[in-house]
Amino acid sequence: MDFLTDPVTFISQWVQQLLINLGIPEITAAQILPGVGAVILPLLAMLWVIFLIWYERKIIGRLQDRPGPNRVGPFGLFQPFADMAKIFTKEHITPTGADKVPYNLAPILAVGGVLGMWAVVPFSATVFGIDINVGALYIIAVGSIGTLGIIFAGYASNNKYAMLGAFRVVAQLISYEIPMVLALLVPVLLSRSMGMNSIVQAQPVWFLVVAPLPALLFFISSIAEVGRSPFDLAEAESEIVAGFNIEYSGLKFGMFFVGEFLHAFTNALIFTALFLGGWQGPGAEQYPILGFVYFILKTLVVHFLGIAIRGSMPRFRIDQVMQLNWKIFTPIALLSLCSAALVEKLAAGAGDLVRISLHVAANLVIFGVVILVGTKSLKERNARLDDLAASHRSAIHLVLGTPHDA
Amino acid sequence: MTLEQIIFLIIAVVILLASLFVVTAPKMIHAALWLILALAGVAVIFVLLQAPFFAVVQVIVYIGAIAVLFIFAVMLTRKAMQDTGSQLNRYSILAAVICIMIFGALTGMLLSWGGSATLLESGALPADSIADLGVALTDPNGFLLPFEVASILLLAALIGAIYIGRDRSSGEGEQ
Amino acid sequence: MIPLSWYLILAAAMVCIGLFGVIARRNAIAMLLSVELILNAVNINLLAFWRYVDVVHAAGQVFVVMVITAAAAEVAVGLAIIIAVYRKQKTIVTDDVSDLKG
Repeated sequence: MDFLTDPVTFISQWVQQLLINLGIPEITAAQILPGVGAVILPLLAMLWVIFLIWYERKIIGRLQDRPGPNRVGPFGLFQPFADMAKIFTKEHITPTGADKVPYNLAPILAVGGVLGMWAVVPFSATVFGIDINVGALYIIAVGSIGTLGIIFAGYASNNKYAMLGAFRVVAQLISYEIPMVLALLVPVLLSRSMGMNSIVQAQPVWFLVVAPLPALLFFISSIAEVGRSPFDLAEAESEIVAGFNIEYSGLKFGMFFVGEFLHAFTNALIFTALFLGGWQGPGAEQYPILGFVYFILKTLVVHFLGIAIRGSMPRFRIDQVMQLNWKIFTPIALLSLCSAALVEKLAAGAGDLVRISLHVAANLVIFGVVILVGTKSLKERNARLDDLAASHRSAIHLVLGTPHDA
Repeated sequence: MTLEQIIFLIIAVVILLASLFVVTAPKMIHAALWLILALAGVAVIFVLLQAPFFAVVQVIVYIGAIAVLFIFAVMLTRKAMQDTGSQLNRYSILAAVICIMIFGALTGMLLSWGGSATLLESGALPADSIADLGVALTDPNGFLLPFEVASILLLAALIGAIYIGRDRSSGEGEQ
Repeated sequence: MIPLSWYLILAAAMVCIGLFGVIARRNAIAMLLSVELILNAVNINLLAFWRYVDVVHAAGQVFVVMVITAAAAEVAVGLAIIIAVYRKQKTIVTDDVSDLKG
């Protein structure tokens, strides 16, 4: 194994050899290495957040026609370090009446839930934390631990705004888990595996092409899962001050903040692995390092899309969020899952080209039906609203007398 | 003692302590939080039993949904239980005695049963037990009918819960 | 290696704790919590028997799926009933909810 083509495997083999040469039995050495990896991977993730914060603030800044951070270091690159220094030195305040253990556990769960997802992300053909055969489900499971952190924060803060924020965000997260899981089942179905690496390997043709509708649903639902704009009701400043994290200060608030930024990026990672072929690309099999580069580049593009949406969309109302999920996303996700299964079964013997075009056709049909039904119901709703407005007008006229121009 | 046994014992102690707190905690919200710990411990037990699928499902369904529902329900009804002193009713001592007796009887029976000392022969796990489960659930000669009945049960429960939980005065949904 | 009996005893202890909760707790939600403990103990038993005795057939796993489904349905309906009762009677203490007493 050459150092230049696959550095991580090379280094790990070198370390293992070193441990064996030091007189440590081979089995113990094989047990130590995953432990070392389990420490390094979260550390790298946390360091990566520092870059992510700068990246996001810079892009949001440019979107809003201002320079973004530009004072500390070149292009403001060291701004996150300055923020860190500020946040580390702030006072830790625990509100009176707070339930201490859940209060302090909440930020840890919020970050830990996200870091746990990194365990199954296949960064390249040879570099991944662990390739368990339930990887796709594992991501959902670990994601729900973050939800728990938010509930803890909302309950333990002993503050009604925190509680309201937590209620909102939990309702939103649990609801959006449904279309997210249904959309996630489509790649699982197409690749016939729940292991993340085998899903990536099953994508010589990206699943974004085969299943565009589930990809879109997954992307939007994952934005809702992070609770970023336009789904940032949890921390709608104008309505509930700051949401579930209102009582947190200093480093504990910083952990929620870091958890959110990391979650957004992690969702981009997962989207890339599930729908954009992960590390696949020309020459990725022979040179795993190339695969890693492809993976990160694709992820940054997806992440940029998420940030652009965050920077340009106004916030939904809570009833709109719920309607979008239950009346639009969940039915579409169910339909597209059924159609994917049906097409897979019908085109079992046919060639790849026929199969893929059938999938795309099914997706287009569903999309067309949704658009048709959507415009029709929108028209009916508008007509109803017009009627209502007209009747209100006439009622007002009855009371106040007819206006002069009538 | 192997590493596996040590892990099992630690997790078992955690589960049992957490379960005890679930049934004795004076504040309902704490009982719900202890339940989460107990359920997480059960997920680890499933991993030890080489059933990672069920460990993950345990976390998704129990911790991600059921425990969250419990916390919601506790918060919605907490005014009702704020003032009361004891959380246990007048049968509590009798109940404790009965439960300890049942546990003793069960343990005695288990220890006297020959099969309880069965050890795991290594490598007996089928290559893909999740695929086996999937086939069994959708095979007409397997468990297709119970599977469909279970899905109807879920649907009925869903509709029933919405209907019962709805606040009739304002017409708003609750669950 | 862990003998089968360890799992069974753990499950037995969980069932007994859960049973105690169902009998002795006054709060209806606490009773549901205890029922969850019992159902989880059942799951441990089913999976332990599947793994140790009959690993070739998926029957044990199928039953775990059924138990989880039943648990989810039970919690949804149970909590809905509790909340409906709470709305009407402003209490969730099971002894006080005795409208049907003759």
